[in-house]
Order: sequence, then structure tokens, then C-alpha cells
Amino acid sequence: MSSDIRFTDFKSDKQPTWCPGCGDFGTMNGMMKGLAETGNDPDNTFVVAGIGCSGKIGTYMHSYALHGVHGRALPVGTGVKMARPDIEVMVAGGDGDGYSIGAGHFVHAVRRNVDMTYVVMDNRIYGLTKGQASPTSREDFETSTSPEGPKQPPVNPHALALASGATFIAQSFSSDALRHQEIIQEAIEHDGFGFVNVYSPCVTFNDVDTYDYFRDSLVDLEETDHDPTDREDAKDVILDSETETQGVIYKDESSVPYHEQHGVDEDMSVIPEGAPESATDLVREFY
Amino acid sequence: MAADFNWAVGGEAGDGIDSTGKIFAQALSRAGRHVFTSKDFASRIRGGYTAYKVRTSVDKVQSVVDRLDVLIALTPRTIEENLDELHEGSVIIYDGERTTMQDVEIPEGMIGLDVPLKSLAEEAGGAIMRNVVALGAACEVAEFPIENLDSALEKRFKDKGQKLVDNNKEAARAGQSYVADEYDHEFDYSLETTDEDYVLLNGDEAIGMGAIAAGCRFYAGYPITPATDVMTYLTGRIERYGGHVVQAEDELSAINMALGAARGGARSMTATSGPGIDLMTETFGLIATSETPLVICNVMRSGPSTGMPTKQEQGDLNQMLYGGHGEVPRFVLAPTTIDECFWKTVEAFNLAEKYQLPVYLTADLSMAVTEQTFSPDTFDMDEVEVDRGNVVDETTIDDHTSDSGGFQPHEITDDGVSPRAFPGTADGAHMSTGLEHDEQGRRTEDTEMRVAQVDKRNRKVETAREREDWSPREFGDEDADTLVITWGSNEGALAEAVRMLDEEGHDVRVLSVPYIFPRPDLSEDVEAAETTVVVECNEQGQFADLVEHDVLERVDRVNKYNGVRFKADELASDIKATLAEGVEA
Repeated sequence: MSSDIRFTDFKSDKQPTWCPGCGDFGTMNGMMKGLAETGNDPDNTFVVAGIGCSGKIGTYMHSYALHGVHGRALPVGTGVKMARPDIEVMVAGGDGDGYSIGAGHFVHAVRRNVDMTYVVMDNRIYGLTKGQASPTSREDFETSTSPEGPKQPPVNPHALALASGATFIAQSFSSDALRHQEIIQEAIEHDGFGFVNVYSPCVTFNDVDTYDYFRDSLVDLEETDHDPTDREDAKDVILDSETETQGVIYKDESSVPYHEQHGVDEDMSVIPEGAPESATDLVREFY
Repeated sequence: MAADFNWAVGGEAGDGIDSTGKIFAQALSRAGRHVFTSKDFASRIRGGYTAYKVRTSVDKVQSVVDRLDVLIALTPRTIEENLDELHEGSVIIYDGERTTMQDVEIPEGMIGLDVPLKSLAEEAGGAIMRNVVALGAACEVAEFPIENLDSALEKRFKDKGQKLVDNNKEAARAGQSYVADEYDHEFDYSLETTDEDYVLLNGDEAIGMGAIAAGCRFYAGYPITPATDVMTYLTGRIERYGGHVVQAEDELSAINMALGAARGGARSMTATSGPGIDLMTETFGLIATSETPLVICNVMRSGPSTGMPTKQEQGDLNQMLYGGHGEVPRFVLAPTTIDECFWKTVEAFNLAEKYQLPVYLTADLSMAVTEQTFSPDTFDMDEVEVDRGNVVDETTIDDHTSDSGGFQPHEITDDGVSPRAFPGTADGAHMSTGLEHDEQGRRTEDTEMRVAQVDKRNRKVETAREREDWSPREFGDEDADTLVITWGSNEGALAEAVRMLDEEGHDVRVLSVPYIFPRPDLSEDVEAAETTVVVECNEQGQFADLVEHDVLERVDRVNKYNGVRFKADELASDIKATLAEGVEA
């Protein structure tokens, strides 16, 4: 890894087609800066993207990448990291990708604690399909498919993560570039599954959860007496539905990542030209 | 051919039937006898009839027959279920002290041996060994040296301590002596032993071993009958070769993990059955269009939906050939024997990487859970070749880089095969996607590039047709007017059926086809035959349809879909019946 990597090296030659002002620009910039600052380069980084506006990120970033099917980005990232512990893996998707169609995978990815970073670009709306309720939309948020609001409580992804045994839970805001980048960096450096939910406003279909709304309401945990290593503290923050926060909510400093738990540390891409040495032992077992 | 001997143990699920049968099969194998096993089982943990059957001979055996010489019956139902296969002189070993067996009636002409299995086991150290007592009794009936059983018991229990091994040996001897002392009867059997060394394994295990031999390092799966044995086999073994097994939360996740590992450059696979393939089909198009090498093993069972989960069927051919929206090539391999499960798994990994596409490797339930003996040379690891296809490194990557400096993982080439760069390769960073893409993997809707990429992907199939050997296996009389075509596990029964037909004066030529796509062109073979019969375990004749499509001629069909595999004698008469109908027409 060379030290002269700049975050722009992670930019592809494709111009984003996100709407002007979309929160995803800032989210992506923070990801690229975080990767560069932590000493990664495009050739040793693997980005997995889901489907939706957020899923386009694989196209706009330059790295090894897979733009997968809807909701399955986390299993793909899990497979990449297990096969290649030497590669930096970052998974990115939206709130629909992660908490609706992919919610089952989210819970289990958190439990496995694979050493990768999961960035959810949460705009509380389905943007690519032109404005339907998402799992994080407010109960009374009116959309084309929920004219009176979804009338069901939004998913609390942090609570889901905590309940699933998360070792790193954070929240950032794409417009607060510095803090967003710092939080992403901390997630990358965490030994285990680094989960960052990013408020990434949709300027086209969500006129409630706007830049102004987040600017006015966000409380930075760093400016409070919150102790992110204290699970009880984390629980209080997570279950407080009245306050929007940003910062590292929970961090288990004794986290043991999957590859250490399971002794998975080899680069699996390297194999011999014939059967592995002592493969005949396998035949003998059947005597 | 030497006379074969047919033995079974049956009872309720949870009675330890499977391990009892396996121990006896192992004892026979260690005595240098060939073995072919089959299982009748239900998916309930406890309750319901289950049986483990063993056919053995000093000659190769590769199918089941409708005959039982010795039956260990733990329940009355075991006798009822096997009435058709029991014959005059068959021996039934049972425990008359067991409440349910007290009033059991031994059918006329058969020999009932009432052995106090539980009491004798308790004397030897524990009631749990009652089935081993029965095995000892069976050794006496079959005049089979009990030292071979000792050897199998050692293998089975050595990890649990010598005391347990010794207790089991004692239990076996108690059963043996009881029969010798209490029944002054000359039984008709004498199982000779040979000096041959055999290994005993089932299709799922052969697939698992083939995967490790081929350099597979990553397996993700979700438990499902009858594919779970592949995962069970790999767990604890693949780690010794630097690999890893993950039990995923569902099949959607399993295949995506396998896909991720493959993108990382690992030889990667998943195994499931039809219902799992349904879920995995969601990701299938992505694997194929991103040109990711992946082996997807489908151990077929009876469908549709939950169907008959523990029963035989070959009904998923169309699912594998056509599953998924849009059009994209995939290969489908279907080994026809247990030893071929090993070799076709190796081949599947090579084909997947050489042509950078998903390969379905399909076995069926009968083959997956059936154990058979082989000479260990059958699995000669020195014969395993690994071909990773067109993988670039730092020194060759420049040849596949665009003018603007981007690596081209979907380069338009004459043979359709593009270069592959594993993560970590300098200047190789690229995106793979389910979107239509250009040579660099970037999204495109350009009409010319779309056509170029579709054509390129399909060109890989034409290249593979030319470069690889897709021949079927042939046996029987090559000049016969009757051609029988089959695929999957029917081959063993068919081989014996052909011998039976030959003895009756019917000449038959058989083509057993392990390649479903691409597949051999059988036009000339079908044209040369007067009658062509396609044999398969499904109702619709999915492979027969393919043959008709290829040769533009109607074929006769023998189909079975009651959940039970073909038996040799049954198949011989089905084929004869088809020929008779053909003559009348």
C-alpha cells in the first residue's frame, strides 16, 4: 500500500446520476476519504453495493466491486472477506436494501461480526422507484403507496443491531462531512462489523427528513457525556425515539472478529495446480 | 456373477437404523466385499418407518433388487413394509421381549429368530447396543466372520474410548452365540471375504471430497435434505486444506456468500435441493452476467414445493436449464454414478473457471444417500487437474487494459472468454454488476455493446462445445436396434437391467449422459436405432424432451415418479413393455 493514495483515486470516471443535492454525494465522499485515510487503495478494496439509488455507488467509486441483487449485499461482502482477509471490504446500501428486503441478512451479518464496514444511506424513502415508504419512514409519512402514512412504526436499525450483538454501532449525517468521515474511519478501523447508519437526505421525494431538519435536530454524542463503550448508555440513546443523534453509539473494545473466532486467515484465491497435498487422506477415511 | 446377499435393518426413525446399517455395510466393505446400500426414510426425527438396506457380493453391485435374505425388524411394520421382498427361507431377526414385537407373526415359510436384543445388550453394558447384538446375530446367520464387524465397530466408536468399543464387540458376540446356541439350523448363506481393499462412500460425500480435491476453499449453505451431507462432510475437513464452511441464514444468503468468495478469487460452492434452488435463482442471473465462476450443487428430491422431501426424483432439470429471468448461459452437469460425483465435481470447478459462469452440478437423492464400495484407486488424487482459466496478474494485466487505463473483465474476445483479475491485483480494480455493462464492467445501455456482450457470453458455450469432451458413457450391445438413453443415478439399475435383457435375448444399447448442457448430439445414435427409450425419474420426461428437441424425432419414454428409484428387474420389464408396444404400433 502506498501512502500517496488520495481519496480521488477511489472515484471512477462515471459521473453520478444522483439528483443534484442528494445526500449520497456526501456519504460517498466520506467513504472514499475514510478508505484513503486508513491506508487503503482501490486495488486492495472491495466495495459491495445493493440496489436502489444508493446501490449506484459501486459505479461511481473505483475499486474492486460488486453491484449485486437487491438486499443481498451483506452476504456478498461476507463471502469476499472470508475468502480474502487481506482485502478491505465495505458494503453500502440503502434503508430499503438493508432493513426491508435485506433485514434478515442484517441481523445475521451483525451476529457474525465479520471485519467489514456497512454503510447504510438512510433517506427514509424509496427514491429510485419515485417515492414510496421505506422501513425507516415515519408513521405518518404520506407517499404514493401510503397516502395516510405507513401507520406502522419505523424500523430502529440501531436497536436491531444492538439486539443482534453488534460490536460497533454509529450514526452520521452526510452533510456534516468531517464528522461523517471520522465516524466512517472509526468503523473501518474497528475489529469486527462496523455499522454506520448515515442520514443521507433525498431532496426529491422526502420533504420531511431534510437537511434543515437534521441540521436543526441532530445532537452530536461527542458533545455529550455519552460513553460508547457502555452498552447501557448505548441502549438509552438507541431507544430514545425523540432525539436524532450522530456519533459512535456503541463500541465493544473487546470485539473478536469472525476470522479470529474461526481461524479463517488464508488468502483463498491461492490454490495448487492439482489436488492439495495429503488429499489422499480423504480417501483413506472411507476405508 | 456370484450370488448376492440382501440384508436390511428397519424400525422407527430414531431407532439408530442408519448407523446400524452403516456399521454392517462397513464390516462387509472391510471384508473385501462389494456393497450397495439404500435407505427408506422419512424426514421426521422420531416416528415413522425407516430402513437401511445392504446388497453385497464379491462382484460389483450398483443397484437395489426386490429381495431380502435377512431382515432385522425392530417393529412389526418393518416386516409389513418388506413383505414383497422377503421370500421363502428369509430370516427375520427380532426381539420378542419388546412390547410391540411380542405378538409378531412371522410369515409362513420364513425363519423367525427371536433374540432378546435388549437383555443381551444390557448384559454387555447397555441397552443402547441392542442393534449391535442384532448385527452379531446376523453375522452368525450369514456365516460372516465377526472380526470384520469388530473392525467396523472400532472405526465407529474409537473416538469414544476403548471401553465402548469392547462393550460393543461383546454385545455382537452375545448375539452371535445366542443364535448359534439356541437355533440349531443350517442357514443358506456363507459370506466369503476377499483381500480386496474398498472404500465405502455416498454421493454427497463424493461431491464434498471432489470439491476439496479441486481446491474449493469456500462453502456456504443452508441445511436441506438430501444435500446436507455435502455440508456435513466438508465441515471439519475443508479447514484442513485452508478452507471454510459457513451455515448461512438462508439460501439467498448462502449463494451470495459463495458469490462473494468467488469474486474474491476462491473456488467456491454451495449445495442445496430444489426448494433452495428456487431461492438461489434470484441471484443466478447476477452470477452468470457478472461472469463469476461458481459451482451450485443441486441434490434433487421429489417436488414440487415441499413435495416428498426424502424421496427420489429427477424433476429439476428444467429449473436448472431455464431458471431465472432473461437469457444467459449456464452449464448443467449430472454425474450418473457415485464415483463420477467426485470427478464431475472436479470438472465442474474447472469448467466454471475456464468459462467464467455458474455450473449446476446435480445429483439425485438416490445417489446422494446411497453408499457404494470402490477401489481406492478410483479416486486417484494425482489425476486431479486444476485449470483456473484466464487469470491475469501484475505482469499480464496490461494486455487487457483499455486505452483509458481500465481493466477489462468483460473484454470482447473471439472465444468469448475474458480475463479475470482477483482483488489485490495492481491496476485490476473493476466493478462487476448485474446491469448490462461494457468491457470494463461499467453500466451501459448502448445497443451495440448490449448485443456484443450477449453474443460474447453465448460464445463461451460454443467454445466449450468445441474444446471439451461432452461424450456420454456407453454400454450394452453397440449394434442393438434398441437404444436406451438415461441420465443421473439410473445408470446402475440400467446396467443390471441390460444384463437381464441380454439373458432373455434382447439386445440393448445404452447411453448414460452426464452432460445436460452442453450435451452430446445424439442425432446419429437415435437415427441409427429402431427404437429409442429415454429412462428418467420424473413424470414429464424432461430429458426426453431435450432429446426430441435435438434430434427432431419422437422417442419412447419410461418415467417413474412415485418417489422410489428404479430397480433393475423393474426397469428390464418396463423396457420390454415399451418395445412390445412399439411393435404393435
